[in-house]
Amino acid sequence: MTFGDFTPEAFAFGFFTILTLGGAFGVVGSRNLVRSAVWLMVSLFGIAGFFVLLSAPFLAAVQVLVYIGAIGILITFAIMLTRSMTNLKERFNKQWWLAALAALTAFLLLMVTVIVPTWGEMGAEEIPPTVASTAQLGEAFFSGWGYVLPLEVASLLLTAAMIGAIVIAREDD
Amino acid sequence: MVPLWMFLTVAAALFVIGAYGVLARRNAVAVLMSVELMLNAVNINLVAFWRFSDPVASVSGQAFAAFIFVVAAAEAAVGLAIIISVYRSRYSVVVDDVDMLKW
Amino acid sequence: MECRDIINTFAPCLSDTLGVSTDLANFLSITLGVLIVATFPLLVTILLIWVERKFAARVQDRIGPNRVGPFGLFQPFADVIKLLGKEDITPAGADKWIYNASPVVMVMAVLLIWAVIPLTPVHVGVDLEIGALYFVAVASIGTLSVIMAGWASNNKYALLGSFRVVAQLISYEVPLALALLVPVMLAGSMSMVGIVEAQTGMWFVFMVPVSAFLFFISSQAETGRAPFDLLEAESELVAGFNIEYSGMKFAMFFAGEFMHVFTNGVLMAVLFTGGYIGPFVDQIPLLGLVYLLAKASIWYLLSLLMRNALPRVRIDQLMLFNWLFLVPVSIINLILVAFLMFVIRELGLQPDDPRDFVQNIPQTVVLLLGNVALLIGTLTVIRNRFRAERLAEQSTMLPAQAGD
Repeated sequence: MTFGDFTPEAFAFGFFTILTLGGAFGVVGSRNLVRSAVWLMVSLFGIAGFFVLLSAPFLAAVQVLVYIGAIGILITFAIMLTRSMTNLKERFNKQWWLAALAALTAFLLLMVTVIVPTWGEMGAEEIPPTVASTAQLGEAFFSGWGYVLPLEVASLLLTAAMIGAIVIAREDD
Repeated sequence: MVPLWMFLTVAAALFVIGAYGVLARRNAVAVLMSVELMLNAVNINLVAFWRFSDPVASVSGQAFAAFIFVVAAAEAAVGLAIIISVYRSRYSVVVDDVDMLKW
Repeated sequence: MECRDIINTFAPCLSDTLGVSTDLANFLSITLGVLIVATFPLLVTILLIWVERKFAARVQDRIGPNRVGPFGLFQPFADVIKLLGKEDITPAGADKWIYNASPVVMVMAVLLIWAVIPLTPVHVGVDLEIGALYFVAVASIGTLSVIMAGWASNNKYALLGSFRVVAQLISYEVPLALALLVPVMLAGSMSMVGIVEAQTGMWFVFMVPVSAFLFFISSQAETGRAPFDLLEAESELVAGFNIEYSGMKFAMFFAGEFMHVFTNGVLMAVLFTGGYIGPFVDQIPLLGLVYLLAKASIWYLLSLLMRNALPRVRIDQLMLFNWLFLVPVSIINLILVAFLMFVIRELGLQPDDPRDFVQNIPQTVVLLLGNVALLIGTLTVIRNRFRAERLAEQSTMLPAQAGD
C-alpha cells in the first residue's frame, strides 16, 4: 500500500514524531506542571506508536499500560501533592543557557558521530520482514537460556522500590 | 519500512530535550519527567537496533526495553516519594533549594 | 475477484467496479471499517440508555419512560436534544484544553477496546497478537481522563472526587488483570480471536467460574457503577470529578460510562462465554454477531441488576473488599489454575481435539473441582473471620445488656 514514495508507514512515523517531540518540548517548556504531565503522556504515547512501527506490539501495550496508566498517574499525584510548586514563576534555573548549549552540542555530536554515518543505510530491502513473536519473548523471559535471572532481579527491584517508596513518603508518627 | 537513522535521529532529539529538562528545570518533578523522556529515548534506540539487526532469532532488544520499563517504574516511585518527603520537610521542590550537601 | 460477498471483498470490488487504484480502495475500506467499528457502540448506547432506564424502573416498581415514541423508545433522542440545548459552561480558572479534552479521552478509552473484539469469525477490527494486554492498557487510559477532568475543573470537590475515583480504578485494575490472565492461560494465546476459538468445545465460564466472577466484579468497579459508585454517589456527595461539566460534555462522560458497561458485557462474552461461537456460525458468519450481542446482553442485564439491587459500599469497605478479598483470591486462583493445568497435562486429560465438547469434559471437571475447592476455602476463611468479629462485638456488648 503506497502512494508513490510516500508510504503510510512514513506518514505514521511523521505523526508519531510530532507527538513524541512535540510532547517532549511541552514537558520541558510548560510552566504549569500538570500540563507538563499531560504532554509527557502525549510524548510517551507517540513512543508506543514507534514500538508498533518497529513490530514490537507487546512493548507498545506495556508502554501505554506502565507509563500512561501508572507512572503518569503517579506523577500527576505527586504534582498535586506539591501543589504550591505547580506554577513556579521561573521555570528554568540560572544556567539554562548553559544547559541549552550542552544539549545542543550533545545533539550535534550524536548526529555527526553516530547518525550521519549510517545515513541512508539499512533501507527497506535489508531487514527481515518477520520478527520474533511475543510468545518467543515470553519464552525468553522465563527460560534458563534467556532472561529468567534478570527478570527475578527486576521483580525484586520493583518490590524493593515499592517498599522504599512507602517508607520514604510515609509521615512520621 | 522507515530506515534506522530516522529512528535514531528522533531518539537523539528526545534524549537531548530530556537532558535539557534535567539540567535546566527548577522543579524536581519536572526533572523527573525529563529523566523519563531520556529513558524512553534509550528504549527507542534499543528496539530500533533490535529490529534492524537480528529480529528473528533473538529478542534481546525487546527484553532490554522491558527491563528499562521496570527500572523506570522503580525510579519514578522512589523519586516521587523522595520529592514528597522533601516537600514535607522543606516546603519546596525546587532543586536549588535542596542544597545542604553542597559545599 | 467476484463481487458477491460485499463485506469480505469490499476493497477488491471497489477497485474493480469503480476503477480506483488498489491502494485507495484499501484505504477507503479500512477507513470505513474503522468508522463502523467506532460508530457501532455509540449507536448501541442510544438503545442502552432506554434499556437501562426501563430496567431500573421495573426494579423499582415504576413504569419508566413511556411518552416519547412506542414504549418510550425515543426517550434517548429527547435526552440528547435536551442536553444539546444546555449551556456549555467552562468554569473560570479552568484549564481549557485539558478540561475539554477529558471527556473525549474518556469515550476514546472505551471505543478503543472495540478494535480488538471479534464480532464474527471473519469480522475483527484487528486481531492483535496481544489483544488481552491491549485491553488492559487501553482501559487504563480512562483513569487519566478522570484525573484530567478533576484537576482541570478548578474545583475542590472535583479534585477530591477524582482522587477517590483514581484510587478505586487503579486498585481494581489489579484483580481485573489477574482474572484476565486465566482465560489467556487456558487458551494459550493473548489474541481475542484465539481466546474465542479456544472455547469452541467448552466455554471458559464452566471451567473457571471463579475467574469469571472476579472479572465481572472488578470490571463493574472499573465502570464506577453501584455498588461501587463512590465517584458519583448522587445522594450523598456532589457528583464527583464531573461536577463542573454540563451539556454535551457531561453527556460524553455519561455515554462513556454506558458504553463501558456494555463493553464489559461484551468482554465477558468474549473471554468466558465463547464470544461469537454458536450453531451455524461457520455457514453464516453474521450470525456470530447476534450470538455475541445476546451473550453480552445477558451479562449486561446481570450488571444492571447488580447496580439496582445492591446498596452502595463505603470507601473503606471498597478498598478492603479489593485488597483483602479480590486480590488475594485472584492470585490464588491464578496459581491454582496454572497448577491444575499442569496436573491435567501430566494425567493426559487434555482433549485430543479441543473443538470437541465431550473430550473437553475431563479437564473441565478437574478445573471446576479446583474452583469449587477454592470457593469453599475462601468462604470458610471469610466466615471464620466474621464470626470472630461478631463474637468480639458481642462480648463488648454483653455487660451493657446485663445492666439493663
